[in-house]
Amino acid sequence: MANVAIRDVRKSFGAVSIIKGVDVDIQDGEFVILVGPSGCGKSTLLRMIAGLEDITGGDIRIGSRIVNDVPPKDRDIAMVFQSYALYPHMTVAENMAFSLKLKGVSQAEQKKRVGDAAASLGLTPLLDRYPRQLSGGQRQRVAMGRAIVRDPQVFLFDEPLSNLDAKLRVQMRAEIKELHQRLKTTTIYVTHDQIEAMTMADKIVVMHDGIVEQIGAPLDLYDRPANRFVAGFIGSPAMNFLDGRLEEGGLVLPSGTVLPLDLRPSVPAGTKITLGIRPEHLQIAPAGTPGSIPATVSVIEPTGADTTLIVKAEGGNLTVVLRERCTLKAGEAVALRPVPQQAHLFDEQGKRIAFV
Amino acid sequence: MTALTSQAPASRQPISFALLAQVILIANSFIMLYPVVVMVLSAFKTTGEIFEHPFALPDFTQVGNFAKVLGETAMPTYFVNSILVTGTSIVLILVLGTMAGYAVARYESRTNTFILLFFLAGLMLPLKLAVIPLFILLRDLGLLDSRWSLIVTYTAIGLPSAVFIMAGFLRSLPSELEDAARIDGASEPRIMWSVMLPLARPPMAIAAIQNAVPIWNDFFFPLVFIQTDARKTLPQGLTTFMGEYTTDWGMLFAGLTIAAAPITLLYIALSRQFIQGMTAGAVK
Repeated sequence: MANVAIRDVRKSFGAVSIIKGVDVDIQDGEFVILVGPSGCGKSTLLRMIAGLEDITGGDIRIGSRIVNDVPPKDRDIAMVFQSYALYPHMTVAENMAFSLKLKGVSQAEQKKRVGDAAASLGLTPLLDRYPRQLSGGQRQRVAMGRAIVRDPQVFLFDEPLSNLDAKLRVQMRAEIKELHQRLKTTTIYVTHDQIEAMTMADKIVVMHDGIVEQIGAPLDLYDRPANRFVAGFIGSPAMNFLDGRLEEGGLVLPSGTVLPLDLRPSVPAGTKITLGIRPEHLQIAPAGTPGSIPATVSVIEPTGADTTLIVKAEGGNLTVVLRERCTLKAGEAVALRPVPQQAHLFDEQGKRIAFV
Repeated sequence: MTALTSQAPASRQPISFALLAQVILIANSFIMLYPVVVMVLSAFKTTGEIFEHPFALPDFTQVGNFAKVLGETAMPTYFVNSILVTGTSIVLILVLGTMAGYAVARYESRTNTFILLFFLAGLMLPLKLAVIPLFILLRDLGLLDSRWSLIVTYTAIGLPSAVFIMAGFLRSLPSELEDAARIDGASEPRIMWSVMLPLARPPMAIAAIQNAVPIWNDFFFPLVFIQTDARKTLPQGLTTFMGEYTTDWGMLFAGLTIAAAPITLLYIALSRQFIQGMTAGAVK
């Protein structure tokens, strides 16, 4: 096991800069998730940690060693790919033993380590099968088994669950987390799915356009997003944003509606700001309530546990999540009251505004 | 994969169309098989019988023709020569073609396209047109009248298509496999040998069979390059059975049957891989 340090790492393909200076510190045994939209550079960063891509600038350290020029096989890492990348012509056992065989580990030792890993993943009855004879979830488990037998310092996962159906994904999510708790190996995991990031990570690194937007614990990112991008990316359904101007009474929307704020923002009155409010922090009030946004219910999506409303208001659609059952009908007029304590404020550049 | 492709969409077409297709296919196989059957049947007849009852079934116990061909002529020598020449050429084509195809397909380099186009140019050029310079070249190399003259010529003819087939297939293999092997600790030759090539068996079978048939049957280059009887290959050797005034047709057909057997067996043995390779990528 080892810590991983990424220092001002850059990557460009020709003139195109993909990663523009990234710093991340990963502690020994930590489960870190790199998350961001497609094309943000998260997979490239992971491949650079693995040694599959050259580093244009900066340093990557695994343990005490700078590994910039160390080939993948000497980095003491194991990687699980999105497509699993199982060798189609080898059985499950051969797939798992391949790295040990290359290392010159004795037959008996190979057999023991593959057996142990297979037992821990419930793969023992499948050891003689070929990948094509396995289901998606089983292949996923074999790919993990192949990583485990190497007993590496760092596990790398590149969107390992994207090829699975929704139900299996939830199940494998729990298995991977349980595996990490058992092995306590440093893990770096790439996904574009913020639910995966929220549920599994010790620490989330949100990336966008080749830079790190914010690093923190899942609930930190949820409760105190550093900027508008993180606020909009983390959380599902996504946060609502309302543009307006800061005045003495609170936030003034273009229509003149005043939304009261609980605390004093650290910027002067008259500043253009954006209010961010999560769907569950918008309360439904009777139409015409002062300090609320007039709106019309447009779509009602009951999921059983809660109900998602999409309402039309000034500035576009807003999303509301109600924990209790909803008696509203589409087309009904309502008023929305943001819970003032839960409001997030962002300046024109999208940076979070602190409260005094 | 073959099971998938054989799920005939014909079930949705009118029966008359399917029937017509069947009739055409049956007629086609009959036309294709007829000369082969006549060849095999005639191999068991004497020349007289061949002309008296050309379509009659022969007495299959009468193997005199085969005994004569194998015992009294240089046929066994020709046979061994053909095996040596074809076998060595195919091995060289596969080894060199696969390595070149692998390099072109899996490594990024500016010269890749050029190299591939260079090989493709070889596909366009009929080497028979260059037989005179080739003759001079082989003479200067001291290879004339040796099996090597045929082997190097056939290898040169076969390489372009082999590189083309191998590069096309190897390019279609997911690069994540290579990455996985690299992380597992495999060296580059090891990745090629243990991970990629086992998956490339169908295109290798195609390259082998597609080159082996014309090389085995080639008459032109042996005729030009080989003079010594002991180094002749089968097609050239068989012509010695055709006399200026008389021809022992029974013996000739027996010789032809023996000559056709190995390549037919090879084709049957590799056909599963061959068909797999032809349809690879057709079905996801």
